[in-house]
Amino acid sequence: MSKHLFTSGHTACSGCGQAMAARLVIDAAGPNTIVANSTGCLEVFSTKYPESAWEIPWVHSLFENSAAVASGIEAALIYLGKKDNINVIAQGGDGGSADIGLQAISGMLERGHDILYVCYDNEAYMNTGVQRSGLTPLETNTTTSPVGNNSSGNWRPKKPMPEIALAHGIPYVAIASVAFPQDLQRKVKKALSIKGPKYLQIHVPCPLGWRHEPSLTYQVAKLAVETGLYPLIEYENGVLSSRRQIKPLPVEEYLKPQGRFKHILNNPELLKKFQEVADNNIKKYNLKLENQAD
Amino acid sequence: MKEFLEGSLAVAEIVKLCKPGVISAYPITPQTHIVEELAQFVANGELGSQFVNVESEHSAASVVLGAVASGVRAYTATSSQGLFYMGEVLFNIAGMRLPLVMTCANRAISAPINIWNDQQDSVSLRDCGWAQFFAEDIQEAVDLHLIGYRLSEDKSVMLPVMVCMDGFALTHGIETVDLPTQEQVDKFLPAYQPLYKLDPADPMTLGALGDPEYYAEGRYAIQETFKETLGLIPKITAEFAEVFGRNYSGITEEYRTKDAERVIVAMGSVCGTIKEVIDELRVKGKKVGLLKIVSYRPFPAQAIYETLKNIPRVAVLDRALSLGSYAPLASEVKAVFFGKKKQPKVISSFIVGLGGRDITKDSIKEIFRLLVNKERSCEFIDLKPELLKENYE
Amino acid sequence: MFGPLIVKPGSSRNNKTGSWRIESRPKFLQKNCIACNMCLLICPEACIDGLEKNTYHCDFDYCKGCGNCAAICPKKDIIMIKEEAKE
Repeated sequence: MSKHLFTSGHTACSGCGQAMAARLVIDAAGPNTIVANSTGCLEVFSTKYPESAWEIPWVHSLFENSAAVASGIEAALIYLGKKDNINVIAQGGDGGSADIGLQAISGMLERGHDILYVCYDNEAYMNTGVQRSGLTPLETNTTTSPVGNNSSGNWRPKKPMPEIALAHGIPYVAIASVAFPQDLQRKVKKALSIKGPKYLQIHVPCPLGWRHEPSLTYQVAKLAVETGLYPLIEYENGVLSSRRQIKPLPVEEYLKPQGRFKHILNNPELLKKFQEVADNNIKKYNLKLENQAD
Repeated sequence: MKEFLEGSLAVAEIVKLCKPGVISAYPITPQTHIVEELAQFVANGELGSQFVNVESEHSAASVVLGAVASGVRAYTATSSQGLFYMGEVLFNIAGMRLPLVMTCANRAISAPINIWNDQQDSVSLRDCGWAQFFAEDIQEAVDLHLIGYRLSEDKSVMLPVMVCMDGFALTHGIETVDLPTQEQVDKFLPAYQPLYKLDPADPMTLGALGDPEYYAEGRYAIQETFKETLGLIPKITAEFAEVFGRNYSGITEEYRTKDAERVIVAMGSVCGTIKEVIDELRVKGKKVGLLKIVSYRPFPAQAIYETLKNIPRVAVLDRALSLGSYAPLASEVKAVFFGKKKQPKVISSFIVGLGGRDITKDSIKEIFRLLVNKERSCEFIDLKPELLKENYE
Repeated sequence: MFGPLIVKPGSSRNNKTGSWRIESRPKFLQKNCIACNMCLLICPEACIDGLEKNTYHCDFDYCKGCGNCAAICPKKDIIMIKEEAKE
């Protein structure tokens, strides 16, 4: 049996994107890794006493402080002279990172700790029932930005978390997706080979919250990338060093399988705004594959 | 070695001698001098700690949590608003049974915003599972840090300790302090041996979800440990006396209570003032005494009972409020005597020194004067009625 | 005194989540497999194993039947069959 560092028996929903990504991250990081995890789905479904799916040293403190706890772990390892051989990862969901966790992350990045921060972006507070977060896309139907007579869903765009991380002047920022597992693991390994603070954001579909079939997790994640909505990029020392180029599909393909976007499909104005987000990404990062052979 | 120095600097000296591996704090008046001095020690190479300048108290407490969980002794200090900001982390650290010592420079709580000394901050967090010791003077503050680490890291305890010292009064006051040597500290305080730690060589999961089937026992265990701690503290202070020559019970201190007719119960630096007043009144033949509470948590119910059971009149001083109800320390002292055959005829509750309002010898004399057979509840001393109005115009 | 505190690594394996399956489960045809490893990488339950071509299989003690392995296989060598099906 392959030795996975995040093993079976956890109680994630069937088809959970975050479970896929969490395992890919820790398998890529290897056994000499200590993880500080925020409160959220991942923490809850992987460590319900007396069961833990983690095969590496792992600590959960609170919702907003995994980056600060990790800072303490890193400082302790430096004091003990052991930091060079041990990876420190702090991780949390989009809410625990971009909203309530932003302060601790910013502090960790600014102080220059040798820590990789991983943000699992399923675009809402899923563990508490699909409430809107700072990384919920425009026009998304969530329980606190519901569609109604006076509302077409979330009325704000995604907080540009990778850009905020980048603005701290850190050596490595990357965006990955569960639909491209080898690319994800490559990015984790690359990040951990660099000394200093690193930020990795991973797009992870949530079948329950996004209202799609559990069997479609992989396909939905792939469509997010292929429409240009979730660009897979890498920044090294502030310079864009890689981007996954695409043959852009129209955003409808991504919206169709998901109940949370049902209200957009029949509304040309909402659809247009949604397409704009993709088009802006394609332009900004030059995602369009040149000389497309059909 | 005797030195005449500021309280904050004395605390920094003793923390240096305890050699924490990680120090992390956020500046807040009146704790700042402690961490500034420690930063200077690190910068000079006198202290080999990792010094982490965090962006908030919540993160300061989280950093030391992570450090202790990794098997390294740690230290932090805060006050007032900062203590509240790290409030949830404090419960976390205690619940995870991680040893730690933190200095709380007791300061009033906003609003109104006030940087001066009262005890609302640590008293409001008395439920969090931390031991709380209150120092009367700088020497005691210094010694309580040492005793604190020794107690906290005891394998049967593994609970964090808050050393409370009155802001400005003790942090910025200057007194003669007998500072120990490194040899003495090393003799008294062994290296930190964690029960468990984050280590790839022996992986474990810390901080799991405790559902209704598992949560209560974790809390019961802490409650029971605190009971055991009341018996352990005198053993530790006895060891302390052997190495350093100073005697503490670490729990309470009786001052001229044996034949007293009136006794004040209090915590912190006000006890110094009370002792002076007692000496003056005793000369005049008044039978008065002081019961100083050192260990607020674990609450020394038995010691309080033994000292006060035959005392006719007791005044409890609170420098904090439980707004809407009885004063915190007073209600706990009263609870000791409910249903007991022997109890004081009256236990009166007084509120003094909020927001740094000076507690003078006259204030204490006033309290003794007001300590009559009729009980007083939550009576504010030195209140200025001219600042109050019934209706807001 | 101490209460519940530490959890041993990998103890979640005591929880056989295979009992969650009600609709379908994967069948590894092991005919056209190219050992690309994608099914092993994508499985949220970490219950797929294999090394060489046509050796990939699933541990049904833990498989929740999500079907992402079948979705990602570039050779369509994994199909979803009804849970009650004999084989």
